[in-house]
Amino acid sequence: MNQAVQEKPAAKRKPKETGVPDNKKYLHPLMAKNYGNWKYHDRPRPGVLHHVAHSGDQIWTVRAGTQRQMDVGTIRLLCDIADKYAEGHVRFTIRSNIEYMVSKEEKVAPLIAELEKHGFPVGGTGNSISMISHTQGWLHCDIPGTDASGVVKSLMDDLIVEFKREEMPNRVHLSTSCCEINCGGQADLAIIVQHTKPPVINHDLVANVCERPTVVARCPVAAIRPAMVNGKPSLEIDETKCMCCGACYPPCPPMQINDPEYSKLAIWVGGKNSNARGKPTFMKMVASGLPNNPPRWPEVSVVVKRILNVYKDDARPWERMADWIDRIGWPRFFEKTELPFTKYLIDDWRGSRSTFNASTHIRF
Amino acid sequence: MAKKMHDTPNLDQLEDGPWPSFVTGLKELAKDKDYVVDLLGQLETSYRTKKGYWKGGTVGVFGYGGGIIPRFTELKDEAGKPIYEDCTEFHTLRVMPPAGMHYDTDTLRQFCDIWEKHGSGLIAFHGQSGDIMFQGATTDNVQKAFDEINEMGFDLGGAGPAVRTSMSCVGAARCEQSCYDEAKAQRSVLNTFLDDIHRPSLPYKFKFKFSGCPNDCMNSVQRADMAVIGTWRDNIRTDEAMAKQWFAKHGMDELVNDVVARCPTKTFQLKQIKNVKTGPSISSVAISDTHAIEIDNHDCVRCMHCINVMTGALAPGKDKGASVLVGGKSTLKIGGLMGTVIIPFMKLETDEDVQKLVDLGQRTIDFFAENALEHERTGEMIERIGLINFLEGVEVEVDPNMVSTPRTNPYVRTDGWDEEVAKINAQKIKKQQAA
Repeated sequence: MNQAVQEKPAAKRKPKETGVPDNKKYLHPLMAKNYGNWKYHDRPRPGVLHHVAHSGDQIWTVRAGTQRQMDVGTIRLLCDIADKYAEGHVRFTIRSNIEYMVSKEEKVAPLIAELEKHGFPVGGTGNSISMISHTQGWLHCDIPGTDASGVVKSLMDDLIVEFKREEMPNRVHLSTSCCEINCGGQADLAIIVQHTKPPVINHDLVANVCERPTVVARCPVAAIRPAMVNGKPSLEIDETKCMCCGACYPPCPPMQINDPEYSKLAIWVGGKNSNARGKPTFMKMVASGLPNNPPRWPEVSVVVKRILNVYKDDARPWERMADWIDRIGWPRFFEKTELPFTKYLIDDWRGSRSTFNASTHIRF
Repeated sequence: MAKKMHDTPNLDQLEDGPWPSFVTGLKELAKDKDYVVDLLGQLETSYRTKKGYWKGGTVGVFGYGGGIIPRFTELKDEAGKPIYEDCTEFHTLRVMPPAGMHYDTDTLRQFCDIWEKHGSGLIAFHGQSGDIMFQGATTDNVQKAFDEINEMGFDLGGAGPAVRTSMSCVGAARCEQSCYDEAKAQRSVLNTFLDDIHRPSLPYKFKFKFSGCPNDCMNSVQRADMAVIGTWRDNIRTDEAMAKQWFAKHGMDELVNDVVARCPTKTFQLKQIKNVKTGPSISSVAISDTHAIEIDNHDCVRCMHCINVMTGALAPGKDKGASVLVGGKSTLKIGGLMGTVIIPFMKLETDEDVQKLVDLGQRTIDFFAENALEHERTGEMIERIGLINFLEGVEVEVDPNMVSTPRTNPYVRTDGWDEEVAKINAQKIKKQQAA
């Protein structure tokens, strides 16, 4: 054997650039058959949707909560349930609930029993509190101020009763975000990290790790400028301008924004994506300064539950959080929820004038 | 059997309570994988110190520039040695799901087998952009896992300054409010931009989202650079039997307080049957022997409220399509932005209709690529250059549906006014002649 001839390296596999797969083959057969031809739906009980097609076909959907971050054992268990009690097809909602579709009403009760037996709560439909849409947190993110899955687990333990019932005025969407980027998105109620101190800069690392003009450009208030510190090129922050958003941290990790004590949690309410009734709305900050207190964040839970309880008692049917506050007004919102209205809740960012009361519309 | 578990007193508390626990799931995986034992060790440290310990880096698969989210541990001892040495890399594969996130169990089981073999065994259904997130693999295993997932017919999604993975609602597959084939639109648009998904080279991320009706279940208006939201142009459809059934069950108080009073334009009226108007823009339906609902559809903004409450009795019209809004995004840098209407209505029935949407996406991305600053989203670019410059760039004519009100200040130079009027009049004549 001629050992001088080197073995040719194995040709690398080229990706098959197939993009988004066709969903037709994954649809429940009744959904494929009646595609685009559904007439109406009702909800026989919380967690169950019953859709009727123009053809007369009917399909029942059972919705259950999951932990989103699932181990393969849990996914296989969900599949076993789909094969034994449903018809082998599932889908996931935008809020990480799993849905099972069945063609016969009598399959619904045993399916619910099996899901509940294994600890998957059935609910999340209609005017319930659905699963919290959330982000990655300490488990996987590179810039997290807190965890995501843990906050969600803690809160859903507290809110599970309302997940399984349909007793809220209208649907309630929640989200959490581990930094001010707000990957969790607009929601009726959102929990978002709110930093309270400027970043702490490790000047030894900035020159090697950060592209300084990029970092300067990222700052929404132009508070960052290049500087020589201890003889090294670095960056400095005008701390009177800095509003502690953390935008500089992703492009420049030596500008550490997260702090175990000074990174707090804020609560926002009244975001709505739907066009139903009023136009979509952004949520508004109503509380801040809550401690980042793992593993169960009890201080956050107290405020969240208080707001949701007041909303549940006070709002009229079909009023989302934003609709309810539109009716009762912000002063009454703060009064009823016993939240302090501090000066920090008056907007001073661009466009803030449109948030001021330019009228004598005042409730007494 | 894996090595001994680390003490996790904080995480243990997340196994209590009735909601399904991701910690219990991780502990199951840790029974067989040292990798997950050490993942739990690092996560417990985060819970104790309130700090994150993952940093990014560069990991990819052959042929693509994106789609993998690399994570390397920063939790090291004084000598620079990782404290949890069996879990120093924890990369995520972002994989695009079928539109509407439908699966059969065979597919899910195959995902599990692949990820148990090559990864941590932890899968998230789904991330905020809509990806299936296969969370946790070493650099060596990323390619192996991708090759097997790719052979199943699944492809990586977007990451970084790229066209991102998209989402559409359950839509036509199971929803009576669906106004177009969301899955077809999503797939046609996204699969046009595979190069921009897999090889990030845009100024920043670009997201498409597809909602079948104005309920916007995909939250597209505030998350998508281009939001495609179903709507209709003709009259709301009615079903008398179901309307009467609804009224018999819910009664006058609910009809008045929950439906009539909540119509945003007050076009939804309750009338005695003898007083109901007729006409080309009127929908009406009896709810009892004496009373009927009357809707003047010209004044209806397609908000969906009455249809949501009285589903079956009321339904979207038949002349369906979509509105397209551009520029939605979250906080950084200039603050959250909702999308802005740039196409009030377009049909999405035929392949040619869908191609027009693809073309609009193409023009928008081309303009974005050439004109946005680095790390600037579409909405921020429009804020900076003005909506008119954007519309001219993507060859879309102005329309009063694009604004809430006309301008409220005189700070504009209007010496081109007569020319613009002449242009609009010429177009009117052209349209009349064509008709």
